[in-house]
Amino acid sequence: MEVLANLADGFAVALTWQNLALALVGCFLGTMMGALPGLGPANGVAILIPLAFTLGLDAVAALILLTSVYYGAMYGGRISSILLNIPGDEPAMMTCLDGYPMAQAGRAGEALALSGVASFVGAFFATWGLVFLAPLLVQIALLFGPAEYFVLYTLAFATLGGIAATNQAKSAFAAALGIGIAMIGVDTQTGVQRFTFGEVHLFDGIDFLIAIVGLFALSEVFVFLEHQGRGVQGTARGRMAIGRVTPSLAILRYCTPTMIRSTVLGFVAGVLPGAGASLGSFLAYSVERQVADPRGKTFGKGDPRGVAAPEAGNNAASGGALVPMLALGVPGSGTTAVLLAVLLTLNIQPGPLLFQNSPDVVWGLIAALFIGNFMLLALNIPMVGLFTRVLLIPTRILMPVVAMIAFIGIYSITGSTFELMLMVGFGALGWVLRKLDVPLVPIILGILLGNEMEVNLRRAMTISNGDWTTLFDSWLALTLWAIAVVGFVLPMFLGKRVKRKMAQETEEVEGTLD
Amino acid sequence: MSDRVLGGVGLALAIFYAWAATIIPEPFSSDAVGPAGFPYIIAILLAVSSVYFILKPDPEPRWPTLNRLAEIGFALLVMFAYAWVLPVAGFILSTTVVTAYLAWRLGSHPLEAVITGVATAIGLYVVFGLVFGLSLAEGPFGF
Repeated sequence: MEVLANLADGFAVALTWQNLALALVGCFLGTMMGALPGLGPANGVAILIPLAFTLGLDAVAALILLTSVYYGAMYGGRISSILLNIPGDEPAMMTCLDGYPMAQAGRAGEALALSGVASFVGAFFATWGLVFLAPLLVQIALLFGPAEYFVLYTLAFATLGGIAATNQAKSAFAAALGIGIAMIGVDTQTGVQRFTFGEVHLFDGIDFLIAIVGLFALSEVFVFLEHQGRGVQGTARGRMAIGRVTPSLAILRYCTPTMIRSTVLGFVAGVLPGAGASLGSFLAYSVERQVADPRGKTFGKGDPRGVAAPEAGNNAASGGALVPMLALGVPGSGTTAVLLAVLLTLNIQPGPLLFQNSPDVVWGLIAALFIGNFMLLALNIPMVGLFTRVLLIPTRILMPVVAMIAFIGIYSITGSTFELMLMVGFGALGWVLRKLDVPLVPIILGILLGNEMEVNLRRAMTISNGDWTTLFDSWLALTLWAIAVVGFVLPMFLGKRVKRKMAQETEEVEGTLD
Repeated sequence: MSDRVLGGVGLALAIFYAWAATIIPEPFSSDAVGPAGFPYIIAILLAVSSVYFILKPDPEPRWPTLNRLAEIGFALLVMFAYAWVLPVAGFILSTTVVTAYLAWRLGSHPLEAVITGVATAIGLYVVFGLVFGLSLAEGPFGF
């Protein structure tokens, strides 16, 4: 098997002492960031990118550090869900439903351990899925010409809102904003200035890191200020005893079918455009409830399967989301968009050519994901008590520190006041747009992919001598258009319903709590 | 109403963007689309979605009260000032002040805020400046 040989090479790249140490640090930091409400995986990776960059790590090492943070944050999100009934990040929302009741019943340690194992199962098998599915997708992607790539990017934007999007106009608006920002600077094909108005700082365009850190990390600080340091979800409800932190074999065996089902569902949700980890955990939970407990007797009251399902689901989805990101260069969710930013910062353009030209990076990264998984399992089971302590850091101290790290990161790569001000401006813009329910991820993706999208459009048009029908000229392109249109239009009919269902499910279960 | 304002602003932005695309200088050799072609498409997309906001606005979001809004405004000013002062006053001094301000506004006791500020500035300086060797802003005293 060629794939396995590649993977073995990948392990040879990843298994150095330095890389192992970086993976360990990344997993540790990631778990902490995931656990802290208000600092999700996207924020965590975003503020660390400039730092990893200025530390002068080579591409593989930096990738290992940051993907470990990504996986770590996915693991960490569950801790505050279970202990405080506050999801550490969005995908961990469903874990609250059964995790918190379990904790209230004095089984917090068991829930934490079980969800740790479920996270591991989900992420581990999703990484195997990535190993086998990504090369297949690469085979298809090699057939793509510039026209198909342009349509593929259009598809990515059209489906980004996801099935639960309620206002597609706002997604489109955000995408246009992002792509528009990407146009600023020197046009790479003709060398003329665009939208710079003679401002020297704009000649090279706006660095996407500035936008990401501003929109994600700084706008979070403004949200906390708005709520006077209390965050969006309100205050913690007090702490509880952890109990035993090793899962019993019986409970693991009891939850094995759950984990298998949820892993498969989550992985598929992750690979598909416009789904991502939140939908993965939601799907896993609701399907599991239908299968295991159709009458609603135990789910929502601390059923261990209700903890295992969403955790396996969301971690499998975050592994699955890496498939389109690596094979096509098109991320499907906010966090993978930030990971794309990581790659672009390191001058790595993901896509089929990456698999051909620098297999050491791809397979080294995948090997690092496996290593990270085992490390996270090892970190999370015995050391979960330590991570729960992190939750004691009050946000009134945490958020200023986060803001300052954001400033340090941007200052260390640009060294200029102008760029810092730009970042603050993006922070304020992010806060306003969040208020207005305009999604931020399409903006980021627009800034990241805008130029590439334009280049492909212009290349396609040059090849066809200015004939616009070239965009509809192949079956591949037509198929991609069809998916894009369906992906954009479907949420207009289903979005409100899906969202209502998600809210209903959450409320229903919480209703039985009180 | 908020969505209508957003639509208005978006529409103005789209018009401005399209105008700015018209003044892109003509390159010596150009391709079929040219440097302004794609920006026009983007401007149209921006305009269409903005018109949609004006015609079908979402329910009003819950805006914070005026004094919360002022809070955010002040924090914004402090951060702009930080970006301005950083190269002049140096990392430790400016970071201490800004961290303390933010910690105080997020609900810390003033004394706790000052301690947070000093500890954060020195801690970050040691970790990022001394251990990792990043270039932090140097003030008149070299830190």
